[in-house]
Amino acid sequence: MRLIAGLTTTERQTGLLLAGIVTLMGAALGIAGRNDLLGYHGLLIVVFGAVVMIALLRNLDAPEPEESRLSEYYDDPIRFGIVLTMVWAVFAMFIGVWVSALLARPELTFDAGWASFGRLRPVHTTGVIFGFGGNALIATSLHVVQRTSRARLPDQVSPWFVLLGYNLFCLLAVTGYFLGITQSKEYAEPEWYADIWLVIIWVTYFVLYIRTLARRKEPHIYVANWYFMAFILVVAVLHIINNLAVPVSLGSAKAYSAFSGVQDAMTQWWYGHNAVAFFLTAGFLGMMYYYLPKRAERPIYSYRLSIISFWGITFLYLWAGSHHLHYTALPHWVQTLGMTFSIVLLVPSWASAGNALLTLNGAWHKVRDDATLRFMMVAAVFYGLTTFEGSFLAIRAVNSLSHYTDWTVGHVHAGALGWVAMITFGALYTLTPSMWKRERMYSNTLVEVHFWCAVIGTFIYVFAMWNSGIIQGLMWRTYNDSGTLTYSFIESLVAMHPYYIARTVGGLFFLTGAVVGTYNILMTIRHEPQPLRERAETLGADQPLVPGE
Amino acid sequence: MQIGERDPVTGQYTTGHDWNGIKELDNRVPRVVKFFLYATILWSIVYWILMPAWPLGVSYTKGLLGIDQRQTVGKAVARGAAQRSVWVDQIAQLDFEAIRQDPALMAIVRETGSTLFGDNCAVCHGTDARGNPGYPSLASNAWLWGGDAETIAETLRVGINSSHPESRYGQMPAFGRDGILDQAAISSIVSFIRNNAEGIDDLGPLDTKGVEEGRELFVENCAACHGESGRGDPSMGVPDLMDDVWITGSNRQTLFRTIWRGRQGHMPHWEGRLSEIDRKILTLYVTNIASGQTEGVDER
Repeated sequence: MRLIAGLTTTERQTGLLLAGIVTLMGAALGIAGRNDLLGYHGLLIVVFGAVVMIALLRNLDAPEPEESRLSEYYDDPIRFGIVLTMVWAVFAMFIGVWVSALLARPELTFDAGWASFGRLRPVHTTGVIFGFGGNALIATSLHVVQRTSRARLPDQVSPWFVLLGYNLFCLLAVTGYFLGITQSKEYAEPEWYADIWLVIIWVTYFVLYIRTLARRKEPHIYVANWYFMAFILVVAVLHIINNLAVPVSLGSAKAYSAFSGVQDAMTQWWYGHNAVAFFLTAGFLGMMYYYLPKRAERPIYSYRLSIISFWGITFLYLWAGSHHLHYTALPHWVQTLGMTFSIVLLVPSWASAGNALLTLNGAWHKVRDDATLRFMMVAAVFYGLTTFEGSFLAIRAVNSLSHYTDWTVGHVHAGALGWVAMITFGALYTLTPSMWKRERMYSNTLVEVHFWCAVIGTFIYVFAMWNSGIIQGLMWRTYNDSGTLTYSFIESLVAMHPYYIARTVGGLFFLTGAVVGTYNILMTIRHEPQPLRERAETLGADQPLVPGE
Repeated sequence: MQIGERDPVTGQYTTGHDWNGIKELDNRVPRVVKFFLYATILWSIVYWILMPAWPLGVSYTKGLLGIDQRQTVGKAVARGAAQRSVWVDQIAQLDFEAIRQDPALMAIVRETGSTLFGDNCAVCHGTDARGNPGYPSLASNAWLWGGDAETIAETLRVGINSSHPESRYGQMPAFGRDGILDQAAISSIVSFIRNNAEGIDDLGPLDTKGVEEGRELFVENCAACHGESGRGDPSMGVPDLMDDVWITGSNRQTLFRTIWRGRQGHMPHWEGRLSEIDRKILTLYVTNIASGQTEGVDER
């Protein structure tokens, strides 16, 4: 395989050793957990490790790569990551459409345990956040850090270890939910062994990033890298602390959390909110700060604004998690802090969105003509809308209406579809042609089709959930003159039905767009290479790597 | 001193950095950003002074307004109870008949009962109270255990085949599975019932076979509970087999299955889950539906 031929013999041997260790660990886990669901995961790890080992063994004797590789950026894992991103997108968005249809037609579980709502829902959330979002972040961050540092990744093994290991984690997570393995912490459902594995991967990722930055030939570190660094570092801290748990035994998939009661809830939502902040916001802001100005060919509007936005976002978000627990057993003072910090947080959030949109000044004609840039423009707008909504919903009085309703679901999807997915698609359409040395995407028309599917789908989804959420919230708090509740819960469900159908339609639009996008990316890859025009200003053309140690 | 170059579009200087072609303008932070940053911070400080906010080791700053969510909820609950006490006390004191005579109280029973019914009963009995296969209709005026208010209130309190120590208890034996009757005998009984009931799912040619043997078998095996006339016995929760109301269904297959495998329904007990007042309201609401004075929840 070409990917393996790019590795030196030593690197292939190192890879083989690592894959061997993973396979052995999987075997040990499988044997210890042979009477438990853990056995299946042991088997999965063995199969995964064995596939990697076989691929390496078959190409172990391939000729050494040329020395000239060191004068180019190392992009093989990025290309692989782009494909993985789209595979996860289609899979997880399909599950999302299914799980939304379940809410309108509960019989769509077909009486299968693995297809019940409680199992499919985390498959969808993990698939889109960690499968789609995570792979996109790993691929783009490794691209951005090399280009903005003018330095090659320090070695060729650790990026593969991070990318493949991370996808093994995602596979363990998703298959676990189908099997019924979960520690039932939202967005942190995988059990202890998968969590430990992710810590190893994530520390390697951080070290890889720091090592690349240390090799940089630019005097300053670009803003995008600040955000990617914050994303990697804080997610590590959040993940380790929230998942502190004691396994029932080394042969059991089940572990019990180190926290209990309201401390557990607070730890979970400190994690949950900052997963939104540092995974879904900081990481993707890093993406935006590179691909948006690159595509628009405009300078960032204000360096100073970037600085206050960055420190505002990283400092304030860490306080805001308690707004998920308004009007609960959590002490009032913790709620006050969460709410006030959430309000202040709006300012740096809008400053970021504003910085992005003002960067487009002088390039609005491109926004009109180029669907790729339009993806990123719409993403910045949705980022602004969603952060405003987030701060608004964090106000206790508003939260008393919105909490536990579909409004929350609508808010999350305004962010996930409108911001995270749109900025990712914009970035991928910018990145893909340059990674495969094409002048442009296979079809610009299909990018346009994808754009409109995504926009229409997002609007239908978000409007449906706004309506249904507010109706729910109002129905639950309407009283008769006699002082008793006017509506039963089931009546509010009946009222939701049309919106649930609309939501599924919106999701279908979005999924269709993702399928079209995947096709377009695959066709761009397969298409005969056309030489890039020689002009340095050509989109995607990179400044040359500064050869280093 | 400007170290950057001038951006031709805006005329603004850049910071002089260049990352793979990306530059940055040296624009100041817009005034509106600073304004809102200071304004929101100021607002937060005021809010912290007024409300419970900062931890102080084992205690926390209580805030000048003296507001705490625990007390707020406590007060709201007390206010609600006071608002309801006007009619709650009346319903507690009066008997069922007296409440029925009071139109104002009955209006409250209907609006409150419909929500109570939707939240607690509709999941089995249906939002329209017309039941589901295996779950009796409460709108047909055919009562397993009797339909007067006191009896319904008791059924609600203790449940049927429930975990309540005073639970009502009823079971239809499995005549086929336990070897009491063979298939042909059960088939005959099914024919007898279907031939004589006031209403069933369409009668077919099969139902004419064995009606007479069925009658004899019925008297020998079923009459002990269902009575010789097949009219059931509410004192033991035994259903009437000659009317047109069926809990699990009246087609041949279902009736055969009922006799072959037996039946044992389950109704949870509500004592300890719903207050006596709520159960009283539900009792009145349900008897009201049955007598046709209130349509189901759906048509409210």
